[in-house]
Amino acid sequence: MIRTFLRSPVTWGVLLVLVLLASVPLWVSSQYVVAYGINVLQYGVLATAWALFSGPTRYISLATTAFFGMGAYTVAVLSETLPWGALLLVAGVLGAVLALIVGLSTLRLSGVHFVIFTFGLAELVRQLVTWYEVNITRVIGRYIFLDISNVDIYWQLLALLALVLFTGAVIQRTRLGLVLRVIGEDELVAQHLGMNTTRAKVALFVLSATFMTLVGAIISPRWTYIDPAIVFNPTVSFQVLIMALLGGAGHLLGPLTGVIPLTALFELLAARFPNHFAVLLGVTFLVIVYLLPNGVFERVHQWWRRLRVSRMGMQTGSPQTYAGVAEGREAADVSDAVDDNEARP
Amino acid sequence: MLFIELVVAALTLGGLYALIAMGLTLQYGVARIMNLSHGEFMIGAGFVTYWLVTSLGVNPLWALAFSLPAGFVLQWLVYSILLTPLVRRSASAAALEVDSILATFGILFIVQGILLVIWGGGFYSYEFLSVPVQVLGVPVAANRLLAAIAAFVLGIGVYLVLARTRWGAALRAMADAPQFAHLVGINPRLMATFAFALGGALVVGAGVLVSMFLPFSATMGVAFTMKALVIVIMGGVGNVLGCLLAGLLLGFVETLTARFLDPGLTMAAVFAIFLLVLLLRPQGLFGRVR
Repeated sequence: MIRTFLRSPVTWGVLLVLVLLASVPLWVSSQYVVAYGINVLQYGVLATAWALFSGPTRYISLATTAFFGMGAYTVAVLSETLPWGALLLVAGVLGAVLALIVGLSTLRLSGVHFVIFTFGLAELVRQLVTWYEVNITRVIGRYIFLDISNVDIYWQLLALLALVLFTGAVIQRTRLGLVLRVIGEDELVAQHLGMNTTRAKVALFVLSATFMTLVGAIISPRWTYIDPAIVFNPTVSFQVLIMALLGGAGHLLGPLTGVIPLTALFELLAARFPNHFAVLLGVTFLVIVYLLPNGVFERVHQWWRRLRVSRMGMQTGSPQTYAGVAEGREAADVSDAVDDNEARP
Repeated sequence: MLFIELVVAALTLGGLYALIAMGLTLQYGVARIMNLSHGEFMIGAGFVTYWLVTSLGVNPLWALAFSLPAGFVLQWLVYSILLTPLVRRSASAAALEVDSILATFGILFIVQGILLVIWGGGFYSYEFLSVPVQVLGVPVAANRLLAAIAAFVLGIGVYLVLARTRWGAALRAMADAPQFAHLVGINPRLMATFAFALGGALVVGAGVLVSMFLPFSATMGVAFTMKALVIVIMGGVGNVLGCLLAGLLLGFVETLTARFLDPGLTMAAVFAIFLLVLLLRPQGLFGRVR
C-alpha cells in the first residue's frame, strides 16, 4: 500500500507543487499575491475536506460554514488566554465534538435527515453563539490581536492542505475508504456485506469537519474584528459545494481543479457586480449541475480514456474489424458506458 | 388572558408553517424533489403582494386569490423546464435526491438574488386590517386572525382533495409506491408535475398570508424552508395530516420559546424537537415504519 503510494508519479507531482507553492512568499513580495493565495488555499482545504466525506458517500453536507465559523470564533474568544498551538487544538476538538453530535444523530438514518440537519446547522450555531454572548458574556463582536502575519497564515493553510491530501490518500487505500465507496454506490449492499456503515460515515464526517474547523481557526487573525454574522456566513457553504462539484468530488484532487477558477471568478463577480452576486452565483451553480454533473476532473478523465482506447484500437488492430470504420470510437463508447454504470448504479 | 393570546399567536404561526410544509411534502413526497428553494418562492410572493398593495392599491385578499393559480403555473414551469431534465437523467431515487438538492440550491440563490437586487436587504410590511378584534375577550390583530383562518381553510381544503378525490388518491398512490403507480393507470410524470405545482401554489399562498401580518426580508426564505423540512420529517414524508399537526406543534413550541425563554432561541427549539424526533421516531411522529 505504502509502496504504491510512494511510487505513484501523482504523489511526487503533488509534493513538488506544494513545495513550489510554499516557496512563493520567499521570492514574491507582493501582498496581493499572498492574500490571493490565502483565499485559494482556504477554499482549497475546505472543498477537499468537504469531498473527503461527501465525495465517496454522496451525502451532501451544507454545514461547512458551521464548522468554519466555529473555528474562527473559538480563536476569537480564547485568543488572549491560550498560545496559538493550543488555540488550534481546542478549535479542532470543538469542531470534532460538534460533528460527532451531528453525525451520531443523523448519519444512522437516510441521507435526507443529514442534509436537512446540516442545512440549518450554521444558523443554529450562530443563534446559540449570539444568545450566549448577549446573555452570558454580554459582548457581541470580538477583536483578535494576534501577531500572525499573512505569510504565516499562508504557510499554515498550505501545511493543512498537504495534511488533508495525505489523509485522503491514506483513507482511499484502507478498508475505511472501501467501505465509504460501497456506501456511495449502495448503502444497503454495504450493510449486507457486514460493514458498519454508521461508524464509517461518522468517522469520516468528524475528520472532514475537523479540517474545516481548523481552516476557520487559522484564517481568523486575518479579520481583526469578528462577530457571529461574519463568521457564520451561509454563502461559504454554498461556494465550497460548487467548487467541489465543479472540480469533481469523486477524486481527491478534483475539488482543487474547481477551486482555482472559481475563487478567481467569485472575486471578479464580487468586485464588478456586487449587487448581482447572488444571482450570478446561482446561475453558475445551475450551469455546473446541468452540464458537468460529475465535475471537470471526471470529464477530462473520460476524454483521456477515450483517447487512449482509440489509440490502442489503432495500434493493435481492431478486435471487431467488421464493425466498420468507427471501431475506435465505438470501443471508447462501450468503455464509457461501463464506466457510467460504475459511477451511477 | 395571556393564555388565549399565546394560543392565537401559536395557531397563526403553526397554521402557516403547516401550509408551507404541506407544499413541501407534496413536492418531496410525490414529485421526489427535495426543494431547498421553497421558502424563496414564499418570500417572493410576499414581495409581489407588497408591490401590488402599495403601488396598485390591490386588496391583499385579491392578491391571495390571484396568487394560487399564478403559483401553480409558475411551479409547473419550474418543474417541467428546470427539474424534468434531472428526473430523466437520474437512474435512482437517491441520485435524483442529490441532483434536486443541488439544482434547487442554485434556484434558491437566483430567486433570493433577484429579490435582493430589486428590494435590497431591508424589512418590508404594509398596513392591512391592523385593527384589534375581540376573541374571547382578548384583542387580537385582525390581519393575524384572517391569515390563520385562511391558512386553515387552505390546509383543510388540500387535505380533503387528497383524501376524497380521484386525483388525491392518485397522488397518495404516487407517494406510497412510485414504482407501481403506472400499473394502475396513473401517469407518473404528469402526477409529479401536478403535485409539484400544487405544492408551489400552497407556498405562494402562504407567502401572501405572511406578508399580511409579518415584516419580511429577502433573506428570510431559507429559515422557512428549514422549518418546513423539519415539519415534513416530523409529520412523515408525504403525510399531509401529519404536516398539519407537526406544523401546529412547531408553532406552539416556537411561540412558547419566544415568549418565555428568548426570541433568539427559536431555531434552537426547532432543532431540539427535530433531534428528539430523529432519536426516538425517525420515521416521523405520524409516519409508519416501512
